[in-house]
Amino acid sequence: MPRSEPKSHGLMPMFINAIPAIGAVAGLFLAWEAYVLISGISPTTLPAPSRVVAQTVEHRAALATNTLATIRATVFGFATSLTAAFLFSVLIDFYGPLRRALFPVLIITQTLPLVAIAPLIVLWFGFGLTPKIMLVALVTFFPMLVALVEGYRSTSKDLEDLLVSMNAPRHKIFLMARLPSALPYFFAGLRISITYAVVAAIFAEYAGAVQGLGIYILNAKNNFRPDLVLAAVLVSSTLTLALFGAIVLIQRLSTPWTRLEGDKAK
Amino acid sequence: MSGVHLEMRGVRKRFDALNVLADVTLSVHPGEFVSVLGPSGTGKSTILKLLTGALKPDSGEILLNGKPLSESKRPFAFMPQRDALMPWRKIIDNATLGLEVQGVKRAKARQRVAPLFAEFGLEGFEQHYPAQLSGGMRQRAALMRTIAQDKAMLLLDEPFGALDALTRTQMQHWLQSMREKHGWTVLLITHDVREAVLLSDRIYLLTGRPARMKQEISVPLPRPRGSVPSPEASAIESDILKTLLQPKAHKA
Repeated sequence: MPRSEPKSHGLMPMFINAIPAIGAVAGLFLAWEAYVLISGISPTTLPAPSRVVAQTVEHRAALATNTLATIRATVFGFATSLTAAFLFSVLIDFYGPLRRALFPVLIITQTLPLVAIAPLIVLWFGFGLTPKIMLVALVTFFPMLVALVEGYRSTSKDLEDLLVSMNAPRHKIFLMARLPSALPYFFAGLRISITYAVVAAIFAEYAGAVQGLGIYILNAKNNFRPDLVLAAVLVSSTLTLALFGAIVLIQRLSTPWTRLEGDKAK
Repeated sequence: MSGVHLEMRGVRKRFDALNVLADVTLSVHPGEFVSVLGPSGTGKSTILKLLTGALKPDSGEILLNGKPLSESKRPFAFMPQRDALMPWRKIIDNATLGLEVQGVKRAKARQRVAPLFAEFGLEGFEQHYPAQLSGGMRQRAALMRTIAQDKAMLLLDEPFGALDALTRTQMQHWLQSMREKHGWTVLLITHDVREAVLLSDRIYLLTGRPARMKQEISVPLPRPRGSVPSPEASAIESDILKTLLQPKAHKA
């Protein structure tokens, strides 16, 4: 199991740890704002952050509707991908040759450029939810499967020998040792995949959709409104960060022991 | 715990080109504490793996009360070298592991192991995770998990090898007193001469590669044995050291 360095708990230390990051982001936006002010560049080329925020507030109704569509595509797609990845990971764990049969095919799916695949899937499956779910799943399935399969393989030999000595059947060894051993890997995969998932959903919408941040961005661009493009970017970044945070929170709550490793006996 | 008589006769095991066990013959009688003593890397742990079912012997016989091991239910509770506590289970749930594997419901299993905590010096640590315990406590928790399975024979694989010298000595004496009280039948694997002499009724000396039984030594010393070895114990210890450190190969 990967050991993390001792972390401080509680909200206050977390805030103190975040100060450098907050400072860096604030500095970046200040510089941007100052450049726009001083250079007098047109807002149809580079809008100032303050204008982006103001436009986000002004267009909040349209943004909310489109964000909801993107959330739906992301969540359904990701849930489909997770379910499939878990089922296949179990099959592979119990039947090894399957891994050799599946992995080459799956690696090829990861080499397909999204720019080419997204319009094709929309062409085949229409403007509805299905093509978005498929694209999100296509992008996130393989990383999740690899995380799970590698996680199972990380199970300590000692634990397995111990369970064998207790006459545990294979499925009990899986449930009692291999599955919990994979949890840190699973969450690491989850954290990476969720960010891909949002990007993939927006990409699918960009290729053709009725609603969603992707199609909103496309329309804003075609109307020469970079401020609205950036407003949608602001919303999608916030959404991704929120989903990422939710996963970190779930991980902390569901694997409390991982935070103990590193700080030793009290 | 009911008595069980274990016999291994002419057991051999090789991994591909590596011949690990050349000829292992040993017996453990009911109520006996037997040690297999030898240098590291001689395949001592392989002997236990043959008993727990993690490995199968190439030839030779393993008999339980006169019947082949493969025909009987394994009456062993195994304690591996490193504690092998599950980091995601609290101590109480690590202790119930064997019972849960046997199909006992978790709540019931917890009730059964709860009284053991006081005796193992782990009272108040039921709800702690293994990472919150010291090395000695973790070893006691691992031994508790072994005992809780309620099997006829304990197989201990260098249980204190990972501990610092002082904690190890404490744990050895603690194990001695626990064993006096409960009369466990034990097969202990160790490379620690003093540990073997302190705890055992009989000791098998193993020589390395491939491992063979070199000598069988009785330790007819009264119990409890003190923390400072008696002159008799010291004599046995130095005999064993002389045998193990002999540069020449074994005699048949």
